[in-house]
Amino acid sequence: MSTAIDLVEVPLRQLNQVLHDAESGGFDVLNPRGAHAVACGITTDVTVEVAGSVGYYCAGMHQVGTVVVNGNSGPGLAENIMSGTVRTTGNASMSAAATGCGGLVVIEGDAGARCGISMKGVDIVVGGSIGHMGAFMAQAGNLVVLGDAGADLGDSIYEAVLYARGEVESLGTDCVEKEMRPEHLAAVEHLLEAADMAASPSDFRRYGSARQMYSFHVDDIDAELAEGPGGTR
Amino acid sequence: MCGIVGLFLKTLTHREELGRLTADMIHEVRDRGRDSAGVATFGGGNDSTTRITVLADGPPPDWNATATALEAVLATEVSVRPLHDHAVFETTGDGRVARQWLIDNMVDIEVLSYGSQIELYKSVGDPDLLAARYGLASRTGTHAVAHTRMATESAVTANGSHPFSTGSDTCLVHNGSLSNHNQLRLRLEQRGESFQTLNDSEVAAGYVSWRLGSGDSLEQALKRALTDLDGFYTFAIGTVDGFAILRDPISCKPAVVAETDDWVAMSSEYRAIARLPGVADAEVWEPEPARVYTWSLAV
Repeated sequence: MSTAIDLVEVPLRQLNQVLHDAESGGFDVLNPRGAHAVACGITTDVTVEVAGSVGYYCAGMHQVGTVVVNGNSGPGLAENIMSGTVRTTGNASMSAAATGCGGLVVIEGDAGARCGISMKGVDIVVGGSIGHMGAFMAQAGNLVVLGDAGADLGDSIYEAVLYARGEVESLGTDCVEKEMRPEHLAAVEHLLEAADMAASPSDFRRYGSARQMYSFHVDDIDAELAEGPGGTR
Repeated sequence: MCGIVGLFLKTLTHREELGRLTADMIHEVRDRGRDSAGVATFGGGNDSTTRITVLADGPPPDWNATATALEAVLATEVSVRPLHDHAVFETTGDGRVARQWLIDNMVDIEVLSYGSQIELYKSVGDPDLLAARYGLASRTGTHAVAHTRMATESAVTANGSHPFSTGSDTCLVHNGSLSNHNQLRLRLEQRGESFQTLNDSEVAAGYVSWRLGSGDSLEQALKRALTDLDGFYTFAIGTVDGFAILRDPISCKPAVVAETDDWVAMSSEYRAIARLPGVADAEVWEPEPARVYTWSLAV
């Protein structure tokens, strides 16, 4: 039994306060009409179903529980997600799951530019394609793309792992294709299952850091030691 | 920030509601900046008559005297319809000549637009005030673009508001900032274009008008703009019978498009589109970077 909250009648802040105060249960958010910051900052194990498309920063700072957007999502979906699950059944705009530290973000349609920018541990599964500069400066976590990836995938990537089934327009600086070993096939299988998406792990290719940028060079350690952390060199 | 919207009515279905729908759209994105606002509507004109919309910088001049002076320049009749600080001149004379004469001789007014179909209104403040003051909701027509501004590149004045229009029945709204507009403005002035502000977006409008005037199609003009314009931009562009969207290759500035059999709508944010009639059946997508999107009215 879930509680319906109609955003035509209830102000957004009141909706978010109700979600913050709830300890559990299900909520249906009606008439979002592209509103910003829907279901932001959830810290308890609630399930939120949004009936329609949302604007910026839906489910931002998501900590626990599940948010499902039955529609498209605007920029910054699940920005800085910590754990839990966020799903949009349509497309997501730019910067989906940006800086996410954990949890799972599922985009059933396409994601726009800079999907997973600076991701720090989140798992992202995209049913369609992603735009340019996906996983820019990605530090940790997994990005699985069932479709194609736009230009400069994984530019300046650290230790995140990227999987794409379709065409990759180009790889960004210091991002290279890597071998799909058994543990990677298992990882993709696990992520697809978690996202409830059907695909064969063996159809995916893996991309990650070549570790050739200055931040990975042990040659630089002398300067770092000489100047100390935060040196201006 | 800045919020932009565009609505292009492919069929007759909603043309009586163009102004109301446009007013509702720009209302929804006014949180993106309320320094100033503007709207251009297309439609309702006849091909032999040019409408010239002007804005007084201060107290309005004697509009009838201005019309009389224009009659002498154009050697034909000119009528005038004042509306607050704006006025619309109508004539069968040459709109380009009229525009240039007004720019050169009437220092206290800005020429906002000219053409057979376009009317353009702009003012400082909230877009809802603009809509109410200039009767946007009752306007009919085929298409419209509107803008609500958070000023970054030039002063908060009515004439620094979008849409910008320098050529016949062509106007542009812009979310972003151009970085090569000063150089480009000089080049365009050398090619006969004239500008009335130091605003970067007016240069983009002038560029499109220059290319269209040089024989480019709208699509060709915008493909070339990808090479010649440097900076951040999401543009919505209206012409006498066309509508276009263009985003720069990085596409930091947001844009969303929805299309049904009856209309195409674009905005900085989906909430401007969320209440349009028939939106439940619309195809909704985000325009790709560096890709030209155009629509034209069926002949």
